Amino acid sequence: MRGQLSEAKNSEDIRCKCICPPYKETKGQIYNQNVSLKDCNCLHVVEPMPVDGKDVEAYCLRCECKYEERSSGTIKVTIIIYLSILGLLLLYMVYLTLLEPILKRRLFGHSQLIQSDDDVGDQQPFANAHDVLSRSRSRSNMLNKVEHAQQRWRRQVQEQRKSVFDRHVVLS
Amino acid sequence: MAEGVSSATSTEEMNGSGNLMDFLDEPFPDVGTYEDFHTIDWLREKSRDTDRHRKITSKSKESIWELIKSLLDAWSGWLVMLLIGLLSGTLAGVIDLAVDWMTDLKEGVCLSVFWYSHEQCCWTSNETTFADRDKCPQWQKWAELMTGHTEGAGVYMLNYFLYVVWALFFSFLAVSLVRVFAPYACGSGIPEIKTILSGFIIRGYLGKWTLLIKTVTLVLAVSSGLSLGKEGPLVHVACCCGNLFCSLFSKYSKNEGKRREVLSAAAAAGVSVAFGAPIGGVLFSLEEVSYYFPLKTLWRSFFAALVAAFTLRSINPFGNNRLVLFYVEYHTPWYMAELVPFILLGVFGGLWGTLFIRCNIAWCRRRKTTLLGKYPVLEVIVVTGVTAILAFPNPYTRRSTSELISELFNDCGALESSQLCDYVNNSNMTRPVDDIPDRPAGPGVYSALWQLTLALVFKIVITIFTFGMKIPSGLFIPSMAVGAIAGRIVGIAVEQMAYHHHDWIIFKSWCRPGADCVTPGLYAMVGAAACLGGVTRMTVSLVVIMFELTGGLEYIVPLMAAAVTSKWVADAFGKEGIYEAHIQLNGYPYLDQDEFTHRTLATDVMRPRRNEPPLSLLTQDSTTVEDVETLIKETDYNGFPVVVSRESERLIGFVQRRDLILAIKTARQKQDGVVSNSVVYFTEDAPQIPLSNPQPLKLRRILNLSPFTVTDHTPMETVVDIFRKLGLRQCLVTRSGRLLGIITKKDVLRHMAQMMNQDPGSIMFN
Repeated sequence: MRGQLSEAKNSEDIRCKCICPPYKETKGQIYNQNVSLKDCNCLHVVEPMPVDGKDVEAYCLRCECKYEERSSGTIKVTIIIYLSILGLLLLYMVYLTLLEPILKRRLFGHSQLIQSDDDVGDQQPFANAHDVLSRSRSRSNMLNKVEHAQQRWRRQVQEQRKSVFDRHVVLS
Repeated sequence: MAEGVSSATSTEEMNGSGNLMDFLDEPFPDVGTYEDFHTIDWLREKSRDTDRHRKITSKSKESIWELIKSLLDAWSGWLVMLLIGLLSGTLAGVIDLAVDWMTDLKEGVCLSVFWYSHEQCCWTSNETTFADRDKCPQWQKWAELMTGHTEGAGVYMLNYFLYVVWALFFSFLAVSLVRVFAPYACGSGIPEIKTILSGFIIRGYLGKWTLLIKTVTLVLAVSSGLSLGKEGPLVHVACCCGNLFCSLFSKYSKNEGKRREVLSAAAAAGVSVAFGAPIGGVLFSLEEVSYYFPLKTLWRSFFAALVAAFTLRSINPFGNNRLVLFYVEYHTPWYMAELVPFILLGVFGGLWGTLFIRCNIAWCRRRKTTLLGKYPVLEVIVVTGVTAILAFPNPYTRRSTSELISELFNDCGALESSQLCDYVNNSNMTRPVDDIPDRPAGPGVYSALWQLTLALVFKIVITIFTFGMKIPSGLFIPSMAVGAIAGRIVGIAVEQMAYHHHDWIIFKSWCRPGADCVTPGLYAMVGAAACLGGVTRMTVSLVVIMFELTGGLEYIVPLMAAAVTSKWVADAFGKEGIYEAHIQLNGYPYLDQDEFTHRTLATDVMRPRRNEPPLSLLTQDSTTVEDVETLIKETDYNGFPVVVSRESERLIGFVQRRDLILAIKTARQKQDGVVSNSVVYFTEDAPQIPLSNPQPLKLRRILNLSPFTVTDHTPMETVVDIFRKLGLRQCLVTRSGRLLGIITKKDVLRHMAQMMNQDPGSIMFN
């Protein structure tokens, strides 16, 4: 990454900033230019020179020039990744706290119906029952596993919440 | 001791072989693991690792493949360190960048590129002027964006209002994320990590969700402008990384003792990125958090800290090629007479530490026991609201605390625009301005002093209520801010005294007119070190961290003087630092390194006491499976001693409750013929029983044949020492070979609490 930086120095990513304090009649001024590290001094950066030839040296002695580098790409990527993770977490949080209880309540009323439907479906003789069953089983296995892991995680979080927020045994 | 253990285990291995009936050759799944909120047995973990290591070494001579495997095993420690360093450095960089952006989001937005913070937004701008250094058209405050005006009471009020709203929004998000996804992500984490490193199990505390949520919410919490820092939580984040990578290698994932070595090193990496101080991080891990810190861990921590610092450096989050925002670099000399104000700052630091610990613990106890603890979300919202409302009017509290510290640390050069550097300029000054002589303070400095005093009071009060809320919150930065403010005020006072009284004896030799004699920034730094030392009671690591922050060796003496004074003063009021105080508040089983000086004997501490029912025992060859199951059901002890017979009570060994449960469960499922009436035996050969009886069950494999024993007249001083140094979980008490009782770590802790006139019931865990 650093190699890239030094080769294709994005013009936005380097600067040489000179701060020059008031001198005689000249006001204080800030100069900002894209120059490389070796050119980062008052003579190269301060343009146009506000003072006459004989005062240049005295003026430049007072200026403070600083060479700085940043990586705008890293900043962009980081902020966008951070915001998207935050957004996903928020969506999931809203789902877990608001939507899921509603969905569950609605499903709960129908759950008996679904159960009996499944039973009927299972008992019906298929010509290629084995194939269908195995396929559906593998998919449901996968789903089950995810479901199971999620359930386990939620139980753990519940447990943690109880010990931190309700019983106050740890982390208080 | 180690020899005893290994010889015992090797005989154990020999026993197992050659018996066809013995299904126990296959180790039980999960045997040797621990339950949640229990203490590990360091001796057992160490001997297990020695066994594992011996097995690998002997196997490596068999084939090339095994040799490669053994080499990989030897290198896995360093590999884990590399991964920890990379991940924690990256996460620290992400946190720094995101905090930078979000903190500024409270005030305004960069119109051209929304992901830039204020500083980055005006980075290339040519419109900045000498008077208004950080103003550029791309960056607009919210009110400016909405109304189009930049001045006026209405604009100020709108900005004020939006600042508070953003702060409330961020902290609400933080606390709800913590509540919904990972309650363990709240707090600083250092007390818990200290306890975990001393051998306690808190399942999920270093888990993946905790890592994710702590990283995400830390950014929100810091950006909300609350009086908290990211340094403590970064240690927790780094330890979560450590735990994550431990699970990749069975060497670490299956051995709790080895895992803790990795976690110690991870803590070092955490501090290394928090302060940009790799050596300070290693010393912090050694001095403050670690319990068992062999040389090998020292080297590995050093490596992890190095990699982490390097990773963060290559991300370069602050654009100044430094690892922290408040890095300073100056080399002005200091004078002997200045040690007096430095020591006074040390005294202030000690007093602040005491005040903070007392008040914060009292408040946290309130939170733990009263109704206050029932409303964690509301508490966070209220504290954020109060903080934001009070912080906005004062320019020193409005900005982020790191920036404040950075400004206070910095010396006034000729080019500083800060109000703190508003000195009266002498018009006929002819010398070059980069060498600042002492000058009278201008009106800006006086108003800054007022604002700083208000900021000091505000920080002192609000930090007490902030630390311990249910969001990630560190304590280093607010403590340092308090110290830096106090130090800067003292520094300016001394500087002005020196200017106005050049003729005083003390200033005569040191401050000639026109010479630069007092550096207020240095006072701020010394004050920060003193306050941090008063709260955490660190000394060596603190001084090293501070000196790595400044990059100047010449300030070691002032920093040392302040750190030691603050420790002395704080210790005079109370022995424990904030982390120990929190450990005690929560009743974690943590044996600290203090000496135990009371003259009690093992027999006074052991269970059973005089009028208690006798110890629950197992006999080596006459207990049935049913008996064992009843014993497990009726008691909640974590282990049972095994004796020859109830009459003689001579000790054979010790068996853990969890192992016993697992072994019997597995045997009942897998081994035919094991029924309730089967005899359980711990001897090498099956006992002589009539053939009509059901098949006996051999459990020698789970028996610890070398439990640690002391005689009943051993002084407790020695017992405490043994517990502390060897990391024991329990110790059996015998008299002439006969088992008398048992002392557990909990008993020791309760006894110590009792001896120090504290409530022994506060020790909650095993």
